Amino acid sequence: MRGALSDLLWRRPQFLLLLMLLPPVLWLGIVYIGSLFALLAQSFFSIDEYSGLINRQFTLKTYGDLFQAANLDIILRTVTMAALVTLASAVVAFPIAYYAARYARGRWKALFYLGVMLPLWSSYLVKIYAWKLILAKEGILTWLLAKLNLLWLLDAWLSLPVVGGNSLSVSFTGTFIVFVYVWLPFMILPVQAALERVPGNLVEASSDLGASPGQTFRNVLFPLALPGIVAGSIFTFSLTLGDYIIPQIIGTSRLFIGQAVYSQQGTAGNIPLAAAFTVVPIVIMGFYLWGAKRMGAFDAL
Amino acid sequence: MRSDRGQSAPLGLKISAACGLLFLHLPILLIFVYAFTTEEKSFVWPPPGLTTQWFAVTWNRPDVWQALSLSVRVAAISTTIALVLGTLCAAAVSRTKFFGRETISLLVILPIALPGIITGIALRSAFALADIPFSFWTIVLGHATFCVVVVYNNAVARFRRTSGSMIEASMDLGADGFQTFRHVVLPNIATALLAGGMLAFALSFDEVIVTTFTAGQQQTVPIWMLEELIRPRQRPVTNVVAMVVVLVTLLPILFAYYLTRDGDQIAGSGK
Repeated sequence: MRGALSDLLWRRPQFLLLLMLLPPVLWLGIVYIGSLFALLAQSFFSIDEYSGLINRQFTLKTYGDLFQAANLDIILRTVTMAALVTLASAVVAFPIAYYAARYARGRWKALFYLGVMLPLWSSYLVKIYAWKLILAKEGILTWLLAKLNLLWLLDAWLSLPVVGGNSLSVSFTGTFIVFVYVWLPFMILPVQAALERVPGNLVEASSDLGASPGQTFRNVLFPLALPGIVAGSIFTFSLTLGDYIIPQIIGTSRLFIGQAVYSQQGTAGNIPLAAAFTVVPIVIMGFYLWGAKRMGAFDAL
Repeated sequence: MRSDRGQSAPLGLKISAACGLLFLHLPILLIFVYAFTTEEKSFVWPPPGLTTQWFAVTWNRPDVWQALSLSVRVAAISTTIALVLGTLCAAAVSRTKFFGRETISLLVILPIALPGIITGIALRSAFALADIPFSFWTIVLGHATFCVVVVYNNAVARFRRTSGSMIEASMDLGADGFQTFRHVVLPNIATALLAGGMLAFALSFDEVIVTTFTAGQQQTVPIWMLEELIRPRQRPVTNVVAMVVVLVTLLPILFAYYLTRDGDQIAGSGK
């Protein structure tokens, strides 16, 4: 019996393949893709403004609601934040990734790897909480700036419109810092992977031919690292688009897409609008992934 | 081989890389200090005094234990499911080329490539449409879905390195498919699976966004923490739990690293 089954699987690799693929594809197809379609379907429903009940009839009205000024504001704010966070992550990640890829060897290499992996995998909420402690008015950052006699700088920054606020822990500056902090490892790893494929003698050749370090960076390193940066930006961008916990804990009362989704489905009970809101990051990420694929970013993942 | 023997990095690069790493690590270390502070009400720095009393207080909190127990059970079951599904998928994708192979790897990656809130609200609205009440299993359903990718990634990397000729040799020597799997394939991928399982466990233990949508009234550790961050009851207890969470997630990751370390060097993935 066992032998016969084994022979059958050997002679019919297609059958074995099917057997192996069936459970994961069924699970992901039903649980995940099924749920996504359930969500998508809801976005074409609408809510009855008087009864608060969901009207299960096809309509585009809910999508129309997305274009109200308040909702457009939320979308614009989130996309801007995601773009800035992505840019900053790339800038901070590059030196770490470059050092790890080109100079770190042996034990140092392992240390760098762990140095990026540990923060990546350590608890998301704990990281946010740590920043709450740092950015709070009585926290370590204020203390440090006071010691350096730089409190005036902080006060000047906090008095600015949009980026400022009562303290860093209730401002967009705080939100931005925490986003960069939390997603940074997602940028470092693919950039490092891309840089490791750059042969060292390419950099040497460039400087032998008389290029300054800046020119070498612009014309050699950066173009070759770009697929890695794009790959990393998929994470930093997408994660910022959907996050609602960071702006809720460290941020102002002005909403991001994630928060809007959360409050629409929870307190407001408007599941159709919440669903329509989630379609925004899906569509944006759809285009983003399509563009990234064309740039060869998937090979750098 | 590279030609940059014994070259050392420019000072500016060294400093910025070091600052980057410090930026990544100092905030987490700070949590450890706060777990010992005597200050109860605010986040004041430097701590006015140090004490270990909060560990005892935390130990006696039943809500913390309940959350911990739920988190561990969910993570254990989700990891088990993810191990089975992820390994099957990895075996299929790495061994053969077939139509729709790209689609399948996309399908596996999608639950973490799309923002967590989408997975969360999608599951929630599916539960609502299908009239499924919130339970232990609704949490597991979500967690297992995004844990598959971690196992899959680890397993795929190992499968690609395991040479197919070993399997053919085993068959030539008269082993049937099951014996080959048991004595050749499994020992080869075991550490990769263990590493993937560890990471999946850590991922599930830490997940908050999807859980908020699928848990109903139940509290996992991250949900408990989120609640405390929004409506603090006893800050020092939160500090202690935060420190414990860091340690609980750290150990599996270090262990996973240890398990895949040698293999990755053989594969030359660093090059």
